Amino acid sequence: MFRGLWAILRKEIIHIKRDPATRFVLAIPLIELLLFGYAIDTDVKNVPTVVFDLNRDAESRRLIQEFVNTRYFKLLGEVHSDQELQSAIISGRAKVGIKIPPDYTANLVNGRRAQVQVIIDGSESTTALQVLNSSQQLGFLKSLAIQGIAPEQLSIDVRPRLLFNPNLQSANFFVPGLIGIILQLVTVFLTAFAIVRERERGTLEQLLVTPVSKGGLILGKLLPYTVIGFGQTVLVLLLMVFLFGVPIQGSVTLLLVLSLLFLIPALGIGIVISTFAQNQGQAMQMSLMSMLPSFLLSGFVFPRESMPLLIYLISFLIPATYYLEILRGIILRGAGIAALWDEAVVLAAFGLFFMLLSALRFKKHLG
Amino acid sequence: MSVVIKAEGLSKRFGALTAVDSVSFEIDAGEIFGFLGPNGSGKSTVIRMLCGLLQPNAGRAELAGLDVVTQTEEIKKLIGYMSQRFSLYEDLTVEENIDFYGAIYGLAKTDMAARRRTVVELAGLEGRMEQAAATLSGGYKQRLALACSLLHEPKIVFLDEPTAGIDPVARREIWDLLFRLAAEGTTLFVTTHYMDEAERCSRVGYIYLAKLLAIGRPQDLKGLPEITPDGSHWFEVSSDDATRLLPELRRHPSVIDATIFGEAVHALARRGTDAAALEGYFRQQGDVSVQCRAVPPSLEDVFVTLTRQQRDDAKGR
Repeated sequence: MFRGLWAILRKEIIHIKRDPATRFVLAIPLIELLLFGYAIDTDVKNVPTVVFDLNRDAESRRLIQEFVNTRYFKLLGEVHSDQELQSAIISGRAKVGIKIPPDYTANLVNGRRAQVQVIIDGSESTTALQVLNSSQQLGFLKSLAIQGIAPEQLSIDVRPRLLFNPNLQSANFFVPGLIGIILQLVTVFLTAFAIVRERERGTLEQLLVTPVSKGGLILGKLLPYTVIGFGQTVLVLLLMVFLFGVPIQGSVTLLLVLSLLFLIPALGIGIVISTFAQNQGQAMQMSLMSMLPSFLLSGFVFPRESMPLLIYLISFLIPATYYLEILRGIILRGAGIAALWDEAVVLAAFGLFFMLLSALRFKKHLG
Repeated sequence: MSVVIKAEGLSKRFGALTAVDSVSFEIDAGEIFGFLGPNGSGKSTVIRMLCGLLQPNAGRAELAGLDVVTQTEEIKKLIGYMSQRFSLYEDLTVEENIDFYGAIYGLAKTDMAARRRTVVELAGLEGRMEQAAATLSGGYKQRLALACSLLHEPKIVFLDEPTAGIDPVARREIWDLLFRLAAEGTTLFVTTHYMDEAERCSRVGYIYLAKLLAIGRPQDLKGLPEITPDGSHWFEVSSDDATRLLPELRRHPSVIDATIFGEAVHALARRGTDAAALEGYFRQQGDVSVQCRAVPPSLEDVFVTLTRQQRDDAKGR
């Protein structure tokens, strides 16, 4: 059943040690972690802002200062016409333009409604929404102050409380999901390449005339990459806790066990790809294609709840969707196995499916 | 002599293309069987079917009495295979490659040490054990490939163009090695494009456009009636001006066919033509250096003639 397993295993380890391409794949998780952890920050702060102040007195300057004080706005400078304001936004230099009309102070003093125009670049919806909220809130609080009403005097006191990620840091959202993406990326790419490389170089043909068994060949190829994928998961978890300060609320053991469970369908996808791809170029394209839905539809970047129905249904067919639920559940919400049972069962089913498919597809002869 | 390789009506199609068309032959133990034919004629496909790498669409084949389709796994223990391209691991050293195949064939540690010594000595790989396979020369790559395919003492070894693209000295050395193996009773199935190699085989088969056109000992093939039909003769014609010779000969009324053979031209001429008459014809034309003598057909003449006849038949139909 597993004839030749040890021989393949030992050989594979030598390949990994000597192949520069493998080392490059091993570096991908670290690069991605730093990219998603640091560079991609959806927390909106310091949005570049220009001011067109027609009022020009102490009152309007105080208003501008109050905008800046919210920390959402970063003052780039003043503009002196509507056209200049427009072009600052069109060119992308500024995302917000605040226009204070000449009668701002006069209206305030005379107890009339004073107007302030906030022009927002809506092309980045997250930023636009954040800016919209904070400018409206600023107007609301300032109005209350002018009316002489303290916020405590309002009839209804809405008190939102954010569980699990109190500071709403995007790292807490991205990094746990990233573990799933990295694990899948590394295992799918490495297993697909490990088999396709042999096909491309003709060494598979040589292997197939030996008495090596199908089980020994596949398992000997899979085990090293399972270990690597698992090692990378642990590494990324450590970086997440100690570098990004995202604590693991739930059981680390459960997290690792379920990660192993996720490895099975991921490795299976790798083998299935290798049975279709004739060369490494094709394997690369197919692996990327297989990553795309996991990347976009699993809830890694975009919340699944806001997807159109069809796409939402498709997202159920992606193993990463369930693993991401597990990751965020355990890491952020401290969920236990009772809450994640469904996801675990689905992952196991996916594992079975892809392993069966790869066993069917992988033939011990050519063409 | 016992038959170890037996093919009956073996056929393989790839989509609309028939790669091997009803090929039958028998090969005895200890033979060096030379398998010849132009590129794409189906040589490698036959080998791959015999090794269990491809499944035939029709016909059957047996190796040592085992069916190549149903008893593939048993057959794999009996055969060695050296494919057309170097198909060992280039990033592994010579020693690592040998040890890997030893382990794949499940050789016990004690057997392995002895077998490794034997094949390393046989293939002349001493002193290169630590070298990465990628850095070996073409000839040494072939020796390593051969060493790996011999580790488990196979009864039958398939060699697909073992000497393609390597220098004459390395070629000679590979053949010395093959003769040693054959002398020990191993059956060798070798494909080649070199006529001198074909001459060394105990028997040769010639495949063209998926069909096996001839099979037999080299000298028997040269005596085949279709090679020298109706009392025609083969002549070797040489001249200082060999480039003019070929078109002139082809124009000559009694010459059926002519092909370049080394520095001379081999011509097949009709019954009744003799060397002196041919020579005289050229002397008359003003070429005094021309020399003409009757020769037996070479293997190349045999294959070229068979190919031409097959092509003419295909056109005639």
